[in-house]
Amino acid sequence: MACPLIRPLVPRTIPPPREPVPRSRHGYPAAFLLSLLLWYWAPAFAQESPYIVTYDHYLEEPGNLEVEYFSTFGTQRGGNDFHSFWTEFEYGVTAWWTTELYLDGQTTFSDSTLFTGFRIENRLRLLRREHFINPVLYIEYENTSGADKILKEVEGHDVESDFAEPNGELRQDHDHELEMKLLLSSTFKGWNVALNPIFTKNLSPSEPWEFAYAIGAARPLALKASPGRCNLCRENFIAGIEMYGGLGDAQSPGLSNTSHYLAPAIAWNLPSNWTLRLSSGFGLNDNSHRLLLRWGVSREFPGFGEMLRHLFGGRE
Amino acid sequence: MNRSRWKTRAGAVLVGANSLARLERIAIIAAITCASASIAAAQMSPAVPERHGWSARAVLDAVPEVARARKNPFEGSEREAAAGGKLFGEHCSDCHGAKAGGTRRGPSLLREEVQKATPGELFWALTNGVVWRGMPVWSKLPEPERWQIVTFIESLRPHETKQSTVGEAANR
Repeated sequence: MACPLIRPLVPRTIPPPREPVPRSRHGYPAAFLLSLLLWYWAPAFAQESPYIVTYDHYLEEPGNLEVEYFSTFGTQRGGNDFHSFWTEFEYGVTAWWTTELYLDGQTTFSDSTLFTGFRIENRLRLLRREHFINPVLYIEYENTSGADKILKEVEGHDVESDFAEPNGELRQDHDHELEMKLLLSSTFKGWNVALNPIFTKNLSPSEPWEFAYAIGAARPLALKASPGRCNLCRENFIAGIEMYGGLGDAQSPGLSNTSHYLAPAIAWNLPSNWTLRLSSGFGLNDNSHRLLLRWGVSREFPGFGEMLRHLFGGRE
Repeated sequence: MNRSRWKTRAGAVLVGANSLARLERIAIIAAITCASASIAAAQMSPAVPERHGWSARAVLDAVPEVARARKNPFEGSEREAAAGGKLFGEHCSDCHGAKAGGTRRGPSLLREEVQKATPGELFWALTNGVVWRGMPVWSKLPEPERWQIVTFIESLRPHETKQSTVGEAANR
């Protein structure tokens, strides 16, 4: 179809059609995959929120893979400070179902570095259309050791002193947990507000249900896009704040002996598909770590599912 | 003989207890997986004729009247159309094609029914997506950016289609 009105604008603003993925018979598979991942994807701008603990209701676009790496530096009273880290592989199965794999690890200074477990997560959108409040069901299975310190959520009676013991002792514990969240999120006039009630059950029958919360608000620094491609435009930055903490467990619900954090955060969404996040969480009571400094980097790979289908000879 | 039989039975009971605990875990996980799959299956449409087999007209017909009548605040602005073109390239072109002509993942936006849609209909479809048929919601883009994309899609129309759309919208 001819486009007489916009023709002059189109070549400058729209990226050219994607090159076909080259196939090589030689070279190392890892290098090949890495080069595929880094160089042969057409840019598709990610619009990621700055939240690190809180979830809004937006899922991964279908067929896209997002690879994320996050670090947390945590101060520790009565023990050694630590640096925990995790990698996420987030895949959009459909527009209403996102699945995710986490691999966790940590380094405790003057102690050791450990792989601390994995998590598998699914997020399911419950309503067909956008509403003022949009619910998404979150279900996660965790298989982690007691040395896991990523603090992706703070649950039940989790407190700072739980992390003070040496890794050698902490790693003796193994947790198989089921975690459910109801992600409630609303976007209005550029603001996103999200509330996540969290319910966790250690699969050991003697362990009670634990409760927690995460709440966040975020807004882009500019609501309108500029016509040219740019890295430092205000519209590429989203600033926000989140608060999270434990609410006790089924045997002793409430705020006593729980920890809570307030964390301003910012995300920088680059047109080259990368997103950088920075968050500084401050403990709000004596049971909390004084500081949880987090940063993360992520990249989205659009059409990953389709590429896999091609690779394994799927149907056209 | 008797003693070893009792030993075997006691062992079996212990193993059984462990197995029961394990089974309980597996049952919980299986139940949740089944529940998720059931919710997913229940929400899927029974028949999807094409890969992105949804009719744009059917989607646009579902737009509420109030949303349909909304005016584009950037109507006719070349600057906003250019910004919308940039956003389209960043967020939409993977599925709808670099020139909006469609791909295997998403339909062409140059189709007649899309070109004749009112700005309000396009904005509504962009905001709400067609979630069960693969198009995500785009309300995560601020409202002005969604209007910029609508402005870009409108700018793809041939001139005569534009005029007839304005006329049709006025008649509604």
